[in-house]
Amino acid sequence: MTSVLYDSPGPRAIRRSRIVGVVGTLAIIALLGWALWSMYSRGLFDDRWEIFVDPPKGQEAADVWSALLIRGLGATLLAGVIAAPIALLLGTLGVSLRRSTLRPVRWATTVVIELFRGLPVVLMMFFILLVFGVSPLWAVVAGLVLYNTAIFAEILRAGLAALPRGQREAALAVGMTPLQSFLSVELPQAVRLMVPSLVSQLVVLLKDSSLGFIVGYAELLRTIRLNSSFFGPDTLVPYFFVGAAIYIGLNLALSRLAVWLERRGGSRRTAKETPVATSSATAAGPDN
Amino acid sequence: MDALIDNAGLILRGFGTTLLLTVVSAVLSLLLGTVLATLRVSPVAPLRAVGTVYVEVFRNTPLTLLFFFFVFVFSTAFFPIGSFVVMAVVALTLYTSAFVCEAVRSGINSVGTGQAEAARAVGMTFTQTLGLIVLPQALRTVVPPLINVFIALAKNTSVAGGFAVTELYAVSAQLANANPADVITVLLGVALCYLVITIPAGQLAGHLERKVAFAR
Repeated sequence: MTSVLYDSPGPRAIRRSRIVGVVGTLAIIALLGWALWSMYSRGLFDDRWEIFVDPPKGQEAADVWSALLIRGLGATLLAGVIAAPIALLLGTLGVSLRRSTLRPVRWATTVVIELFRGLPVVLMMFFILLVFGVSPLWAVVAGLVLYNTAIFAEILRAGLAALPRGQREAALAVGMTPLQSFLSVELPQAVRLMVPSLVSQLVVLLKDSSLGFIVGYAELLRTIRLNSSFFGPDTLVPYFFVGAAIYIGLNLALSRLAVWLERRGGSRRTAKETPVATSSATAAGPDN
Repeated sequence: MDALIDNAGLILRGFGTTLLLTVVSAVLSLLLGTVLATLRVSPVAPLRAVGTVYVEVFRNTPLTLLFFFFVFVFSTAFFPIGSFVVMAVVALTLYTSAFVCEAVRSGINSVGTGQAEAARAVGMTFTQTLGLIVLPQALRTVVPPLINVFIALAKNTSVAGGFAVTELYAVSAQLANANPADVITVLLGVALCYLVITIPAGQLAGHLERKVAFAR
């Protein structure tokens, strides 16, 4: 795709790109070196990293890791795992109501979806926390559900719009009711078409559970903050780097899964349908 | 209702900060994102790798984690940044650039291959092909997804409220704690401020998208 922008390099271009490559690599190494040196000169590589092997205050390394992985990461995953299926179900319901034959139903659903799509997730979490007085976990879950329901409904709507019209016409022609056509002909195809977008939105959902940090839910980031204040402020930096590695690793793995699913689905689709799917996928992708 | 009217000044100032964060980060991430997209399609393999790694890492990092880094870790490990607003702009810019890059790159890929081939056939270099032929045409298809990226950015500025920047979300938290009886009105008022930004922008993006779709 990109090779169309430049000719295959000749000897001069190869030499030039090699020079740019070496200079660029050196610049990045210099930047990394400066970062490490700056951290070293501030004494960040002293014994503070020992909390992961031999923590002070009568704690065991196992306690530190179980606090991080079981309580912290566990709480992050818990919020995501509860919210994702509910949001998927409600999103499907939302898109079916949005195609209702009754104009008021259609109109009301559109308004609700637009409202939830246009609000920051953290504001919804905070609203639910204060107004309904639920525990932080449920405020986080409800905020995630409301927001992602709207997004899932939009993704599925794009998938339904991308289907050839003949699908619905054929279903109606063989005597299916509009509801049957929707449930057993159109929706399954739309879901399959949009699997990559749905999975990347699941990554967004998991990332957004970190907003629990702001509304007082003890997820991974808050656990890091609490534990590092227990062991003393010096331990915040090591804790942060380990927590960041856990978060980024988890999300990267999920994103890889999305790419893999896209490839797998893409090879089976006809050439005509694929660009439609990718363009609507990128339209839905950057949300948040 | 009184809580809302009495504190209109405070809410307006919060709204101003939200707008400021959005506009400054949008401009900066548009610049950085376009540079990254250029890197990702460039003929030099190490530069492509830099672009790819950047996008992969920042797209998979929660924004809260970035804020956490700049507010709690950066000054300990490197040098102090004086203002929380600057930290917020840096975090938002780094995060949003990754999404801008992907939007611009998909725009570049949407330009017909004949255009780039013709440009190369008349002897243009990579910079000329990209800068004079492909990017100007990519701009048209890129605008609607870019607006969506910036809508997400406007909503994401609310994370700054959790990290000592007095924008709309922080104002709403402050007012809700001070006026427990008026929590619902205060929060609905603040929600309205966000919707004033996001809904018209979303409509504009949808309208432009349909226009572009018909033009092709």
